[in-house]
Amino acid sequence: MSQIPVSVPAQEIMGSGHVACPGCGAAMAMRNALKVLGPKTVVVIPACCWSVIDGPTPHSVVGVPVIHTAFETAAITATGVRAGLRARGEEDVNVMAWAGDGGTFDIGFQSLSGAAERNEDIIYVCYDNEAYMNTGIQRSSATPWGAWTTTTPVNNPKSRPKKNIVDALAAHHIPYIATASVAYPEDLVKKFERAKSIRGMRFIHILSPCPPGWKSVPEQSIRISRLAVKSRVFPLFEVLDGWKYRLTQDPEPVPVNEYLRLQGRFRHLTPEAIDQIQQDVDSRWNQLQQRIASSF
Amino acid sequence: MHELAPALKPYFNEETTEDILVIEGTHAASHAARLARVQAISAYPITPQTSIVELLSEMCATGDLDAQFIKVESEHSALACLVGAASAGARCFTATSSQGLLLMHEIIHWVAAARLPIVMVNVNRALAPPWSIWADQTDSLAQRDTGWIQFYGESNQEILDTILMAYRLAEQVMLPVMVNMDAFFLSHTAEPVALPKQELVDRFLPPYQPEFRLDVNHPRAFGGLAKPDVYMEFRYHMQQAMEEALQLWPVIAEEYKYHLGRWHGTAIESYRCEDAETILVTAGTITGTTRLVVDQYRENGVPLGLVKIRMFRPFPVEALRQALAQAQRVGVIDRNLSFGQGGIFYSELKSALYNGDHRPLLNGYVAGLGGRDVTPDVLAEIVEHLIHSETGQDLVWIGVKA
Ligand SMILES: Cc1ncc(C[n+]2csc(CCOP(=O)(O)OP(=O)(O)O)c2C)c(N)n1
Ligand code: SF4
Ligand SMILES: [Mg+2]
Repeated sequence: MSQIPVSVPAQEIMGSGHVACPGCGAAMAMRNALKVLGPKTVVVIPACCWSVIDGPTPHSVVGVPVIHTAFETAAITATGVRAGLRARGEEDVNVMAWAGDGGTFDIGFQSLSGAAERNEDIIYVCYDNEAYMNTGIQRSSATPWGAWTTTTPVNNPKSRPKKNIVDALAAHHIPYIATASVAYPEDLVKKFERAKSIRGMRFIHILSPCPPGWKSVPEQSIRISRLAVKSRVFPLFEVLDGWKYRLTQDPEPVPVNEYLRLQGRFRHLTPEAIDQIQQDVDSRWNQLQQRIASSF
Repeated sequence: MHELAPALKPYFNEETTEDILVIEGTHAASHAARLARVQAISAYPITPQTSIVELLSEMCATGDLDAQFIKVESEHSALACLVGAASAGARCFTATSSQGLLLMHEIIHWVAAARLPIVMVNVNRALAPPWSIWADQTDSLAQRDTGWIQFYGESNQEILDTILMAYRLAEQVMLPVMVNMDAFFLSHTAEPVALPKQELVDRFLPPYQPEFRLDVNHPRAFGGLAKPDVYMEFRYHMQQAMEEALQLWPVIAEEYKYHLGRWHGTAIESYRCEDAETILVTAGTITGTTRLVVDQYRENGVPLGLVKIRMFRPFPVEALRQALAQAQRVGVIDRNLSFGQGGIFYSELKSALYNGDHRPLLNGYVAGLGGRDVTPDVLAEIVEHLIHSETGQDLVWIGVKA
């Protein structure tokens, strides 16, 4: 499938001076998201690395109004912001919840599910660095099988697969779901444009490299993100109305080990374990292909 | 308007009253929210709060109330939703009770520290286990240190009036207000309630215009990381706002009386306390029964008085010291309990009196937990115990079965 030619908008909403680590995918993702959404956007941030990245009070790099909120309340606070703006007659504002994987897959899942079921008019973005990074790299239900974290040490790494959050959201029949990658900015931008043009609940899942948490080199964050897509560990696709699947990028595939070997969090894995991951990735890819085939 | 019975006339000011309805406390709360023209409501059902939100849903459906009503999946989300809505600049209302209030706890702190003037009605209901749906104030008193202003009501009319006044206070000092009513004794007891005329309410309570809100034309970040060099000031300002609320409340009560013709006292109300040697201190519906008992003792020549606490946070220390300045014996009746300490109003009052000039004998009575009736006989037992006490007693259990 060929790539749709789009360019990344020139406008910069996010300012300089964020306090993320070098190579932080979460910071890059926000910058690109806001390029699309523009100044008429309110951002809701629960407890996560981004509570810090934005800068200490009263500083803020986001460049649009930001409300920091409790860990488990991104979706519902965004819902409330939408209601409050509506009550004031302000309709033409994007309300974006911006949460980590912990705030999305785990503690915030209830209020996210509630908001999705009600089809609230918000854009919910999960930047997924596959662990609780803010508190020092503990496992979340987004941590992949076999990965090291401080609560899944190398002699007892994560023994359960990553929760399939896209499937969980698709089960709510929301109008728009997409996966996105900071290594494919044009694809990411296109998805935010599509999300912006739709009303109702929109969910964008961004794989977000984290050098300290992944034990990787900051300069390789983009490369690792690209390999996540190429190895099909993190395919880029969209789900419309909870059932219409569409692949948006289909690069030449590479073995999963190309992706894994650049990250210290997988260094302890045996060849057998890597084979196991390859098999899981292949079967999930096949499942995705079947869904795409039966979608249109 | 209906023809008023002569006995009701002084209480229900005809000039300010649109209609008189015989309604439960829950519906008095719903009407208050409507009259306050709330713009966003979010709530989750729990007995005995449900009829508050049911009536509000109807009002929104019929167009009697033009508000966003977000029907969420938990109380935690109900309040978190209003964090968003209030930050966007909407006047917000919610209602809950007992377990629901406890589930909100993290966000209860959040609302106050975010300085959001949300008004919440809590129906005071006992906490589980064992399951109980009946009156008990431990739920709201457990939120004592959250930064919410708290009121306790005695009648359905007082609940309605207090909610309207609460918005004025909240929006002036930028702190949230919790208005509490006892489960069933108020929530499900029908009483005549005067609904004030909307145009008079509007004059008393103008639209909410926050100084700061989520505004795309003036981007600001709210609640970001505060380092030790700035955090403490946020808390200092909250305490200042509490102290301001204490000063402001009597002024707002006067204004309410001026516009709407009703008066329920200030932070406290003293009943027959002139020359009273013995004074009972109450909050909530026990107050009504206590008035009756005070009258009976007075008829028999016993100088008994009553102080009703309406406002629990900020705690009206000065007003209470003054009200009790002549008393020799004071008994606090608590329908609540702090385990390992005792009645909560009691311990608050005790600490309020410590630095004052006058320290009467002080007894703490715990009664009526989980909705057990506190009848005139039970109150007489308390009065007798108090009158015959030689020294103060921190915790006297009333009516516990052997
Ligand atoms: C109720 C609650 N529990 C725990 C925390 C502590 N906490 C703050 S951020 C965080 C982890 C966040 O993980 P994630 O959502 O993945 O975001 P990341 O830090 O990885 O960006 C935790 C556990 C909290 N703030 N609130
Ligand atoms: S710990 Fe990871 S997610 Fe957090 S700021 Fe650093 S790179 Fe970004
Ligand atoms: Mg994370």
